[in-house]
Amino acid sequence: MIYLDNSATTKPYKEVLDSFLKVSEDFFGNPSSLHKIGGQAEKLLQQARSQVARLLNVKEAEILFTSGGTESNNLAVKGIAMAHRERGRHIITTSIEHASIRNAMVQLESLGFEITYVKPDGNGFNSADSIKREMRDDTILVSVIHVNNEVGTIQPVKEIGSLLKKYPKAFFHVDFVQGVGKVPLDFYEAGIHLSTISGHKFHGLKGTGALFIKEGVTLSPLFSGGNQEWKQRSGTENVAGIVAMSKALRMTFEHRKENLNQMVAAMETLRSGISQIKEITIHTPKENSAPHILNFSIHGLKAETFVHALEEKNIYVSTTSACSSKKKAASKTLLAMGVPLSEAESAIRVSLTYSNTVEEAEIAAKAIADTVKHLSEVVKK
Amino acid sequence: MMYDRILVRYGEISTKGRNRNKFIDRLRKNIKRALSDYPNAAIKAERDRMFILLNGEDSDGIGEKLKGIFGIQSFSPAIKVEKDLEKMKDVALELFRKIHKPGKTFKITAKRSDKTFELDTNGINSEFGGHILRNVEDLKVDVRKPDINLQIEIRKEAAYISAETIKGAGGLPAASGGKGMLMLSGGIDSPVAGYLTMKRGLEVEGVHFFSPPFTSERAKQKVIDLSEKLAEVNGHFALHIVPFTEIQQAIHKQIPENYTMTTTRRLMLRITDAIREKQGGLAIITGESLGQVASQTLESMYAINEVTTTPIIRPLITMDKLQIMDIAHEIDTHDISIRPYEDCCTVFVPSSPKTKPKLDKVQNFESFFDFEELIQRAVEGTERMVLKPASETVDDTMNDLF
Repeated sequence: MIYLDNSATTKPYKEVLDSFLKVSEDFFGNPSSLHKIGGQAEKLLQQARSQVARLLNVKEAEILFTSGGTESNNLAVKGIAMAHRERGRHIITTSIEHASIRNAMVQLESLGFEITYVKPDGNGFNSADSIKREMRDDTILVSVIHVNNEVGTIQPVKEIGSLLKKYPKAFFHVDFVQGVGKVPLDFYEAGIHLSTISGHKFHGLKGTGALFIKEGVTLSPLFSGGNQEWKQRSGTENVAGIVAMSKALRMTFEHRKENLNQMVAAMETLRSGISQIKEITIHTPKENSAPHILNFSIHGLKAETFVHALEEKNIYVSTTSACSSKKKAASKTLLAMGVPLSEAESAIRVSLTYSNTVEEAEIAAKAIADTVKHLSEVVKK
Repeated sequence: MMYDRILVRYGEISTKGRNRNKFIDRLRKNIKRALSDYPNAAIKAERDRMFILLNGEDSDGIGEKLKGIFGIQSFSPAIKVEKDLEKMKDVALELFRKIHKPGKTFKITAKRSDKTFELDTNGINSEFGGHILRNVEDLKVDVRKPDINLQIEIRKEAAYISAETIKGAGGLPAASGGKGMLMLSGGIDSPVAGYLTMKRGLEVEGVHFFSPPFTSERAKQKVIDLSEKLAEVNGHFALHIVPFTEIQQAIHKQIPENYTMTTTRRLMLRITDAIREKQGGLAIITGESLGQVASQTLESMYAINEVTTTPIIRPLITMDKLQIMDIAHEIDTHDISIRPYEDCCTVFVPSSPKTKPKLDKVQNFESFFDFEELIQRAVEGTERMVLKPASETVDDTMNDLF
């Protein structure tokens, strides 16, 4: 099996599963319980928090655990909007966000907020200038994706962050789900107030995630209840999942050190292999894009057909983002970039992780070429 | 970077006449321990300065470690060069180019202890200044507030070139000035008091009063975690856990409610003093700050202090809470201290403790009961644990999980 859909989800590391099982079995206590069993669970939670904070170079008190990217994004966007709506009701985001931002914005619109969607340029980038043009006195939040999940472009969040330093009323949220462990980002340096990560995108488990909330930033919680996580996120903490995620994050950082070159070489192999196929247009720019995502369209072929054809060869890729791919919608990011609908509908995303090898990339590139050739012949008839 | 050594300037050590060698030796040992991750780095201590020879180790990483070591006033990564004007100019320029960014200003600071060198300080300034201005674009001289201060020092054996002076932690070398016992409750203040005392060269051991089941294991764990933070200074930290339940129950039975706090403090002080004597210490350290709580009014201190003549060091006595919290943040103990568990100070707090207790009254109340035997028992039952820095402790079963 060659699994090249790591932006949809990753396979949990064996060691991560071991931790999850051990914590679930031996340290099952509720961290809020007063007795020793609760105390142990709380200690694990603390240690996980300190490890995640250390790896992300932030303070322990700035890490809030959630159920994943969608919750973190919702908490960031709605939490800021609700807590600061008296200050202003204008929010800026981009038209290449993940659905959990996009639809949270739609919901906020129905609650009386005004949302500006900034369009990317033809290569899939939203410049700091394009954000600056939309800034208003009542702008309370700017939310920008870091590595776009469909195309892999890295948005200039550092530049946007330094622009926003001149707008003290506006908070800056960055969806870091695809970037973490793949493309380093210094939250403090980039002037970020909130940032989302999701455990299952770096070999942790589904149902785990975190939101970085810079010290001093207040937001309104989504859940009411037992006031866990500094009263910002009620609900008994998923201790086993959180410990597992902190381990997955550490291991991913280590793998990055050891295997980044290997992954980059694998991507290079794929890219150069695919670029020779005349039916294919590559959408992911060579510069300023993440090392693990490659998006391309195959002219005249339906993306879904192609995914299944590759699947027969035991190679797993994706149409657009996994969350929307079942709905057969064309890639929103590509459409925003100005790619024609027919092309956007035939888009394929290949996404790697550190265990993918050059050999796998060679096999995949050849399989893609063969499949394109074979299917094109069928279609022509 | 091309640095091959770090020049370390002593703080107040240099004023300590005959004890100087002892201080320097202590500092050398402390640095050596702190740099255990850099096995190739060698330390050369001299009378008025110290050199850390990098031998290929990372100067930035070592610099980070040095920032936390007491007894260092400042330090500068430097390069040693042969006293040959052309070679010196080459090295100075190369170093300058590495740290220079367009639009920056600079100056040269020359020092010449070797008076036989061909140029005097003015000559060195203009020679090197000119050389750099000629070879680096977009650069101005600013002798008052330069972005880069290129320092050239000519000594007998060689010349040293450096471009940064990094501020050290100050203070006196840790554990160079005797031992004191820190009353460590688990709150915000006491770890800060301990830290500041260590900064003045004292070796500090913690004393914590533990009253199960009125206070929980988690409260004790909190103090252990704080101790592991304090252990970063010396590489270890001794913590004495005093069984205090029996005494608190006796106080509760024996002393009128509004005086229980005063007596509790007096007994804690007596026990700490007894432990101090056993451990060969000469002082007691507390996190008291004037007027902060009922036990820290002047009247309370007068009534409590009476039980001992041992010097009580109160580094925070005139500080505001916010100042103390700032330091707690800096030394990374704040977040541990605010964990919400009852400690012995909060559980038995009477609803309205005396803020102006009278000494004769408390003496009178205590005279009806012999606390001495209980104190003896508490001291004998005290558990002493030696903790390693949090960064070095490896809990294997736990660690596997992460």
